[in-house]
Amino acid sequence: MSENTVQSELIHERGHEAMADAHLQEAYRSSTLRLLSQRLQAKSEVPGFERLRERAHELKREVIEHLDRYVEQFASNAERRGGVVHWAATGEEACAIVCGIVERAGAKEVVKAKTMLGEEIELNHALEAAGIRAVETDLGEFIVQLAGERPAHIVAPAMHKTRHDVSELFAANIGSERTEEPERLTAIARQALREMFRKARAGLSGANFAVAETGAVVVIENEGNIRFSTTAPRVHIALVGIEKIIPRFADLGIFLRLLGRSGTGQKLTSYTSFLSGPRRNGEDGPEEMHVVLVDNGRTHALADQKMREALYCIRCGACLNACPVYRKIGGHAYGWVYSGPIGALITPEFVGLKQARELPFASSLCGACREVCPVKINIPDLLLHLRGRAQEQTPAPKPKRSPIAERTAMRVWAWVMQRPWAFALGARLSRAGLRFFSQQGWIRKFPYFPLAAWTDGRDFPMLAAKPFRKRWKELHRH
Amino acid sequence: MPRVALFITCLGDQFFPVVGECVVAVLRRLGVEVTFNPAQTCCGQPAFNTGYREEARRVAARMLDIFKDAEYVVAPSGSCTSMVRVFYPGLFSGDPARLRQAEDLRGRMFEFSEFLVKVLKVEDVGASFRRRVTYHDSCHLLRELGIESEPRKLIRAVRGLELVEMQDNKLCCGFGGTFSVKFPEVSVAMAEDKLRAAAESGAEIIVANDSGCLMHLAGAIRRRGLPLRTMHLAEVLAKQE
Repeated sequence: MSENTVQSELIHERGHEAMADAHLQEAYRSSTLRLLSQRLQAKSEVPGFERLRERAHELKREVIEHLDRYVEQFASNAERRGGVVHWAATGEEACAIVCGIVERAGAKEVVKAKTMLGEEIELNHALEAAGIRAVETDLGEFIVQLAGERPAHIVAPAMHKTRHDVSELFAANIGSERTEEPERLTAIARQALREMFRKARAGLSGANFAVAETGAVVVIENEGNIRFSTTAPRVHIALVGIEKIIPRFADLGIFLRLLGRSGTGQKLTSYTSFLSGPRRNGEDGPEEMHVVLVDNGRTHALADQKMREALYCIRCGACLNACPVYRKIGGHAYGWVYSGPIGALITPEFVGLKQARELPFASSLCGACREVCPVKINIPDLLLHLRGRAQEQTPAPKPKRSPIAERTAMRVWAWVMQRPWAFALGARLSRAGLRFFSQQGWIRKFPYFPLAAWTDGRDFPMLAAKPFRKRWKELHRH
Repeated sequence: MPRVALFITCLGDQFFPVVGECVVAVLRRLGVEVTFNPAQTCCGQPAFNTGYREEARRVAARMLDIFKDAEYVVAPSGSCTSMVRVFYPGLFSGDPARLRQAEDLRGRMFEFSEFLVKVLKVEDVGASFRRRVTYHDSCHLLRELGIESEPRKLIRAVRGLELVEMQDNKLCCGFGGTFSVKFPEVSVAMAEDKLRAAAESGAEIIVANDSGCLMHLAGAIRRRGLPLRTMHLAEVLAKQE
């Protein structure tokens, strides 16, 4: 992972920009709330939804705990079906493998189905560098690609774009008429893409699930572009993160019921494709099917017994929709391809904690994400764990307007809190000092962190003249 | 009647001593004997939530000692209660003796509203208060401890009081401990959403069970000069007017 691709340190600036943009705020608010309420409706129609979540959690645990075995089982079954399996330890390796396959196929264009892993390894840049044109065929990804941006949401990449934005983008890039009718906009994209589907000799997809028992790659979608990308071109390449494995075909019954409902509130998405191997005699489909199994930091998460739970994620996006912080700062503030609570967990694992140190702290730990996670990842608990690791591995940067480092402050705090007399004395001294800043029992402005950060947007209450411990002495007499 | 050792919490002690007095008043009204050990300070949560585990452990260990003989420990905070009940065992997982103590304390530790409804089996504490209030579900109380109906039962039983639910009552208010100063702008924006919902509900008062949320919301109300105020549940339950 090249260093300039992760910009998690910009979280405050990007978040600030997003919060200052009323249109963007409304786009995030209305989209996430709509998806959430659709999820709630879809969930209510399934008796035993909780049981499904528990079962999915157990199945994912089973796979992740024995990932070596399951990946090999998947690979050998995929090969048995005539697929070619490639192994990539890093994103660069995966890109090189894909470029090699495309070049050998003599393809100048690749039609791409939506793949977050593709975003993660920056495949489009690699293809471009190899002189290959990558065309995103998912409407949201198509929009984001034209804008030269990263997806703002795992499931809805163009969540942050208004109809007006899309109209302008299409007009500038495709030369189409300006219109804000969703149907017209979709038709414009459809027409532009149809041409590419016909031309492209190679198609690329990600994977929602990889079934160890059968070697099948399973992809779900609503637009039909994945089915087109994976079946029309001569060569199909599936990028598969090694954590995507599920044990048996029958387990799909659980995961498919959870994924659509949690992500978009759909019982099932419009298309569910089971791709196993190239076409056989008398069948339609690609002549070659390649499966690229990608690690790119996943085994790093696996090495931490607690953090490996983050690998259970099936990328439904529900935790983003439920997260009040995501709704404010937006997807791009997280500085990489994965955003929201799950992004705050896996980005530091995949790119290194040093480069994404602030992410685990970008949460109020409210736990709304855990409530909606279809595989019951204990996200707040993992965020806490990661915060612990962050403080052990890399010292916290000194907060703005703070006279001392965070670690020093915490050490002093712990020393004081172990001594009731120091606590009482500290409170008294604080009160005496703060009196110069207070009016009618409240502080409006204070120059030093942490109060400075607090009083930027709210008042801070003055410490009580008589703390409870003093009042207790009187209460006790009665 | 059970004996209760009060864990007043660090914020409660220094910023909201009235809340502590109200807790004592309500418990005594119900015939409970209340004790307070002045050796107590903090549960360790600020350090724990910021990733400073060793510092948190040292502070938390004192809690285990201070409350080792208490029959019940009651705190007017969902967040501090969840620190003890949900997070202490993990914090002491490497220290078998402390872990045993933590597991033991866990069974005796209760949040104020939970203690009233679940242990004392009381919903009507004899309070009366002629106001329209809305209740804010504090996140740790709601999602770590699963306490949702208890405070509402207590509020509904207050004579003269009307409880109106606000839109998104389970949405975080944005406090989040050190999150409030690490991401102050986001924290305040979340408070603004909460206050808007509270105002739209027609309530005069936002009631909650966590001093952190209340301090955050009250500070944001005051800065904006809004016609709203905040009260801890214990303050409402102590009212007899």
